[in-house]
Amino acid sequence: MTGVIDISAVPASRADATAHVGVSPQPLLEVRDLSLSFATAKGALPITRNVNFTIAPGERVGLVGESGCGKTVTGLSLLRLLPPQSARIQGDILFNGTNLATLSPRRMRAVRGREIAMIFQEPMSALDPVFTVGDQISEAYRIHFPVSRAEGRERAIMALREVGIPAPERRCDEYPHQLSGGMRQRVMIAMALICKPKLLVADEPTTALDVTVQAQITDLLRSLSERTGTALIFITHDLGVVAETCTRMITMYAGEVVEDAPVDDVLTRPRHPYTSGLLRSLPGLSKRRGVLASIPGRVPSPSAMPAGCRFRARCSHAVASCAQNQPMVEIGNGRSARCWRAPELLLPGAVN
Amino acid sequence: MSGMQRHNRDSGILAVRDLRILFPTRDGRDTVKAIDGMDFDVRAGETFGIIGESGSGKTTLGRALVSLLRPSHGQILHDGTDPAALGTSAFRKHRRDYQIIFQDPNAALNPRMTIIDSVVEPLEIMGEGDHASRRRRGIEVLERVGLAAEAADRYPHQLSGGQKQRVNIARVLTLRPKVIVCDEVVAALDVSIRGDVLNLFADLQREFGLTYVFITHDISVVSHISDRIAVTYLGKLMELGPAEDVVERPLHPYTRALLSAEPVPLPSHLRVDRRIILEGEIPSPVAPPLGCRFRTRCPSVQARCAKEVPAWRDVKPGHRVACHFATADGPPPDNQKAQRAS
Repeated sequence: MTGVIDISAVPASRADATAHVGVSPQPLLEVRDLSLSFATAKGALPITRNVNFTIAPGERVGLVGESGCGKTVTGLSLLRLLPPQSARIQGDILFNGTNLATLSPRRMRAVRGREIAMIFQEPMSALDPVFTVGDQISEAYRIHFPVSRAEGRERAIMALREVGIPAPERRCDEYPHQLSGGMRQRVMIAMALICKPKLLVADEPTTALDVTVQAQITDLLRSLSERTGTALIFITHDLGVVAETCTRMITMYAGEVVEDAPVDDVLTRPRHPYTSGLLRSLPGLSKRRGVLASIPGRVPSPSAMPAGCRFRARCSHAVASCAQNQPMVEIGNGRSARCWRAPELLLPGAVN
Repeated sequence: MSGMQRHNRDSGILAVRDLRILFPTRDGRDTVKAIDGMDFDVRAGETFGIIGESGSGKTTLGRALVSLLRPSHGQILHDGTDPAALGTSAFRKHRRDYQIIFQDPNAALNPRMTIIDSVVEPLEIMGEGDHASRRRRGIEVLERVGLAAEAADRYPHQLSGGQKQRVNIARVLTLRPKVIVCDEVVAALDVSIRGDVLNLFADLQREFGLTYVFITHDISVVSHISDRIAVTYLGKLMELGPAEDVVERPLHPYTRALLSAEPVPLPSHLRVDRRIILEGEIPSPVAPPLGCRFRTRCPSVQARCAKEVPAWRDVKPGHRVACHFATADGPPPDNQKAQRAS
């Protein structure tokens, strides 16, 4: 049932213009000027503004930022999972050349789970308590492929084995409450990957888990992505998880992308003061019992967004010209930052 | 023996003696051994960090330390006094010195009460001062934790998460406690403001000579602020020692694995791949493994571990560990690594 996705190539000229160094010319996903607003009693409330990024096939991208920066809604809007009555999406979401932003609900359903899958922070609320995990995983497959119940079950068992669940034949017939938190998250991953999607959006998949289990899950996601070529968008606030799982990092602030760079580069030398602030806030980098760094103030509310650079009020490098609107500045090496001072500033990263 | 009588003068401001806390399961047939035998002291003026996975008994321990839970066996002495032996009114007076701050700043504040009303409520309960003096003291404390006086008459929903946690800190400070148990106090806050709140804790400690018990699953936080660190696993302590030693040179295989699982935000060329993946998850506290309770996940397990409960012993001065094979040089070697090498 892959026919629903238009495989026609993106015009070469456009692909060249947006392609980053080291990224194949045809991106898997190209988000262009994605702006999202919610309808409220007081009119439209803008949440994200002109979000642009591309994901190459098999690439693993971390989407980071404080709470309220628009990470989760960006992830949800890729799958059009926001309530259509109140959420207004503008811009293009080109997936293999098909614009998901304008796709009919019926054709969108054929994409969800099949081409792009998503896993969430709290596996217990994402699983249905009254069905066995095997039924739920097999349902995800049988919606897209016309196979018998028996084959669906076989595939569910294979998927559970793939994500490292011991005795999958037995676990398949268990209910979510019989599994531990880490096992449930593995079930979610099995369900997300059973149709072999090209892109997996993972929204804080390890935040509710213990650090030892988090290590198991991030290792699993990375090795599955490497083995199957599934691209990954990893939404998280944990920069350590991004460093260990992803190849690229996109920083969001106040509804905008403020930095986009390969992980190793951005950890060593961030180009946006906000990214630098996030990295410097990690306690592991300060002297034991010394004063910890932090970013003063808080993310501005969407209803009172300042003009010009949105980070200006919290930025120690702000000058008068920061009151101008800030475009993304290309810095080379596949990097860009929404700060006109980015080329001249020397900002500290995670390495001293 | 009178409860007010001071014994164990040399013990710390908190002294935990053979502590066990048991809960019946819902069907009443089994017992959850949330704390299954712990012995340690917290010294006056120090920051005592407690780390462990969920289900290791951290939160139960924190609540028991401030008498929100009664020990099923054993004792928790507050500066030599057993609060469980005090009469009702003496206990009330006593417990103001031992306060706790919880994880979720939203759940800890009544949404229908203004900030100042929440902050002065402990003083009201203690019957201290009149309305005006309580309010004065409340505003003073709010200012001390970095909140402007305007915040006093607002409601919790008008404040950010970090500000709400400051209100919770202010509320316990009004009583001028000696000990504050902090249960995951920064877990719900964004990384960008965690530093601020942790700096505030450090300032207040210097200013008021506070003793902190800092309970968290975040190793980077606990290692930054603690003087000593205790590692819990399934209701028991696995290791206890000076913060730097526990973090830099752990002696227990569990501590070693826990530390190695912490994701490090370093570029790949600076990262050393020393991760020890622990199999599975923490077993049920209803039926913990016999012998050493970490043995089912331990990469260094030996036959003896199933037969004998490891002693809680000093391996180095001031550094205790519950492992048969740990030495002052470190934890026993990893079985898999040894196999791979041969």
